[in-house]
Amino acid sequence: MTPAAESVISLRDVVKSFGRQRVLDGLSLDVPRGKCLAIMGPSGTGKSVILRHVIGLMRADSGVVAVEGRDIAKLSRQELSELRKRMGFLFQEAALINWLSVGDNVALPLRENTTLKESEIKERVQAKLELVRIPDTWEKMPAQISGGMKKRVGLARALITDPEIVLYDEPNAGLDPEISQSINDLLRELHEGLRVTALLVEHRVRCIRTVADEVLFLEKGRVLIQLPPREFFASDNPRLVQFLGTDPD
Amino acid sequence: MNILTPVMTLAEGLGRQIELFGAVLVRMHHVPARARLIAEHVYQSAFKTAHVVLVVGLFIGMIVALQTGIELARIGQQDQIGTIVALSMAREMGPFITATILAATAGSSMAAEIGTMSVSDELAALEVLSVDRVKLLVLPRVVALAIAAPLLTVLCDTIGIVGGGFVAQSQLNVSYQLYMDSAIEALRDPGRIFPLPKDVYGGLLKAFVFGIIIALIGCTAGLRAQGGALGVGNATRSAVRDSIIAIIITNYFITWALYQS
Repeated sequence: MTPAAESVISLRDVVKSFGRQRVLDGLSLDVPRGKCLAIMGPSGTGKSVILRHVIGLMRADSGVVAVEGRDIAKLSRQELSELRKRMGFLFQEAALINWLSVGDNVALPLRENTTLKESEIKERVQAKLELVRIPDTWEKMPAQISGGMKKRVGLARALITDPEIVLYDEPNAGLDPEISQSINDLLRELHEGLRVTALLVEHRVRCIRTVADEVLFLEKGRVLIQLPPREFFASDNPRLVQFLGTDPD
Repeated sequence: MNILTPVMTLAEGLGRQIELFGAVLVRMHHVPARARLIAEHVYQSAFKTAHVVLVVGLFIGMIVALQTGIELARIGQQDQIGTIVALSMAREMGPFITATILAATAGSSMAAEIGTMSVSDELAALEVLSVDRVKLLVLPRVVALAIAAPLLTVLCDTIGIVGGGFVAQSQLNVSYQLYMDSAIEALRDPGRIFPLPKDVYGGLLKAFVFGIIIALIGCTAGLRAQGGALGVGNATRSAVRDSIIAIIITNYFITWALYQS
């Protein structure tokens, strides 16, 4: 089946196994342009695996993973690299390069992939640090900042190239409620302001309510239910009720 | 386990290192842009290891002088100690001892640093950001060790010869002046390729090659690390083990190429 033309991100009948464990079992989903789709589900059901397929860090055993209508598996290394320059990825643990300062981490894609002057790079990085509300952290090393600040730096780095597509892997993981809410507000502002297309993996109900346009519940490698947040959290689906009964929020 | 498994593993590892070396070679034009990173790695690997090389080199020179001096004294040839110590240090002991120290320090450190990046998603982050990890991580380390290893070898050779002189004078009744004269004379034999003493440039050539090998093996092990702290530990151990084996095998072939004819 060819990917849906109107979808920026499209998965069709994707299967992925690790050894004997089938993590994705014929999964299909679409994310329309400018929308944010959140993925919920029990741990180990392949939520992060979906993001890694979309960014091309993993290859599906079968099925099609397409971004902007282009099958990721059929792209050359160079084409994939060019496509990734239009995408941002916020890792669960931020994945900052530990021997680079905060500013140098955010500046890295610009220094490595563009011919921008250093003064222009510094200006852009500072603007992004201000956007994520950590303007005075340029010289700090990742080991010197808190988990919440690392997430913000990771977000600034993911957004430094002004991507059209952003993938978030549990942006609230390990954060206290206050910092979580400030991150959620920030993500909402970014989506309202920049209209990026986003795929969000998250457990926190509050984050999903704030950021997502639709929510998908993943069960046994397939989509169990997909609805707008208000309807999703009001659903009487027994499995969903059971899962949300353990809501950490 | 299939009897061919170790051979296949060895061939696979060698193939990866050759592939990585090729990737480094085609990026050599980025060296000027990486000068600051290279200088940092030279500092980390050379200057921070210099004291170890000095101590080990000093005692190796003393051991060689003592072992050979005792035997030479029996036949009244102890005035040849300087020649033997100088040639041993310049040809073999200096480059080999330095490379072994670098494998245990810089090589293991490279495997651990890059391995930790691998298991903490930092390498994945570089890939996602379309940042060339060979250019950022491997090239500076390979060039740095190609510079650091010969520098440290000169240090090791020098201190080893000096250490041998102490033993010659204090325990074998050979004057320091006579010892140094014979040592310097031994190293004057000119080579046919470079206008330098053959034993000196031969040893430095070995050190240069060993430096590249250690960095390539350390980086390859780090890039392939997976499975958390255990994976980093495995990468570090295999980097040191494989480097020492590769150094010994390469040493034989370089010696054969330099001295066989």
